[in-house]
Amino acid sequence: MCLTHNFWGFFVPGLANGFLYALIALGYTLVYGVLQLINFAHSEVFMSGGFAGLFTLNWLIGKHHPAGMSSVGYVVIGCVAGAVGGGVVAYLLERVAYRPLRRRHAPKLAFLISAIGASYFLLNLAGKEFGRDSRPIAQPFTQTQTDPLFKIFGTGVSLYYAVIAVVAIIMLVMLDRLVNKTRLGQGIRAVAQDADTAGLMGVDINRVIAQTFIVGGLLGGAAGFLYGLGPANVSYTMGFTPGLKAFTAAVLGGIGNIRGAMLGGLLLGIIENLSVACISPSWVDVVSFFILVLVLLVRPTGILGERLGRSA
Amino acid sequence: MSVLLQLSDVQVRYGAIAALKGVTVEIGAGEIVALLGANGAGKTTTLRTISGQLHPHEGRIFFEGRRIDGLPAHEVVGLGIGHSPEGRRIFPRMSVLENLQMGAYRFGRARKDDLDRVFALFPRLLERRTQDGGTLSGGEQQMLAIGRALMSRPTVLLLDEPSMGLAPLLVQQIFDIIREINEQGTTVLLVEQNAVQALSIAHRGYVLETGSIVMSDAASSLLVDPRVRAAYLGEGAA
Repeated sequence: MCLTHNFWGFFVPGLANGFLYALIALGYTLVYGVLQLINFAHSEVFMSGGFAGLFTLNWLIGKHHPAGMSSVGYVVIGCVAGAVGGGVVAYLLERVAYRPLRRRHAPKLAFLISAIGASYFLLNLAGKEFGRDSRPIAQPFTQTQTDPLFKIFGTGVSLYYAVIAVVAIIMLVMLDRLVNKTRLGQGIRAVAQDADTAGLMGVDINRVIAQTFIVGGLLGGAAGFLYGLGPANVSYTMGFTPGLKAFTAAVLGGIGNIRGAMLGGLLLGIIENLSVACISPSWVDVVSFFILVLVLLVRPTGILGERLGRSA
Repeated sequence: MSVLLQLSDVQVRYGAIAALKGVTVEIGAGEIVALLGANGAGKTTTLRTISGQLHPHEGRIFFEGRRIDGLPAHEVVGLGIGHSPEGRRIFPRMSVLENLQMGAYRFGRARKDDLDRVFALFPRLLERRTQDGGTLSGGEQQMLAIGRALMSRPTVLLLDEPSMGLAPLLVQQIFDIIREINEQGTTVLLVEQNAVQALSIAHRGYVLETGSIVMSDAASSLLVDPRVRAAYLGEGAA
């Protein structure tokens, strides 16, 4: 009933959010796949991508004015900058917060504490260095980002949502290729299924783990840029809520399962936004985390199940 | 006979517990060597130490004259030591073909002649090549584990309990294939509880007891040794 009126008007922004959740959720699920641990500092990887995109675009666009095809170029540059920022921070996290614990065969709880510590460290470092106020990214578009670009079922799809969808789909397809067709993907799947035996096959486990963090960081960092490009802007706390939501999405789809993270992200984004229509905007976060609790109670392995190392 | 693989006074500990208390073993090029012993004697520990999954507390391991203890597992396989681990350890959610490709990981991609060789030894794997490893029967998984280890083109093949849990007819088949692999030029170190079968194809054998080598001899001599028969063949003490 609440959905009969303007369903698509709520669905489209939900879908766009869902793409962002999916990109972030993949970082959780990939790392969980190879280490069976939740990288709770991943929200800061996302935030790092936001700042990397912010600094790069604000520096570039400060000198030139985007027009026509150069808008596309700026978006690409922003995504690459965000991805690199996320990838670098994710790699450093692995080296500093996790690998030393692995070498000492630390218990799982130590990893969790280390993750939370690293998360707070990065959060506060960013707050101190980059300021406590949220900052907008210089817009690479000549038109206003909320102007509808085209219409689906009578609902205008804004330029911003279209950019998110296109970038996310490209990255998801690239990830799928990576996991299924490359030697790195083969290594990631082997480590996820049986790390000891992967080592016997000649897989350098530490190297694969580091590369998995980087891949997750690339996706999360690009998502951070896309998120910051929108009305939310970039701030040192920007990772907190989307990070938890994406974690929820990963659990919803089945943690460790790559397709699960994609599906969980899209579903969560859509459900969340439909709840805006049906309940109230202020209940969005309640709905999301209610879903998390519900999934954990009813089907802890998620929709697609916990399938470590399953080819995507 | 040139020594291919040599363990010299190898000691391994799990925390405070000594699993290997000074194991010395030599494997010559082209041999099949059986490593026998009861549960917990240290057979699997010995293989895992050779392949770099465990590192000796004391002692040294040489392969082709080069010291290899201390190298990580992924480097040891690159030298030419293939390991078919205890319990087969097939990647359950990879197809048979993908499992074999994992065996060739050190080359980047599987070479066709290696695949052909494995499929010639185990025609069953060719039939099942698209099936997930986890859905194979125990015998098929064992074939896949051995085939996967062969994909790395090992000079020496470590086999951990290849007959475990298999029907007698299949056990015979697996041992015939191990002999065939050896005749094709691969040295084999065979860990077995099935002493008669192992000694019937091996050239030499060692007997491990609680982390120490207590006997070593030609396989034919061990096969008739009253102590071996008493301990591992269920015969009354002579």
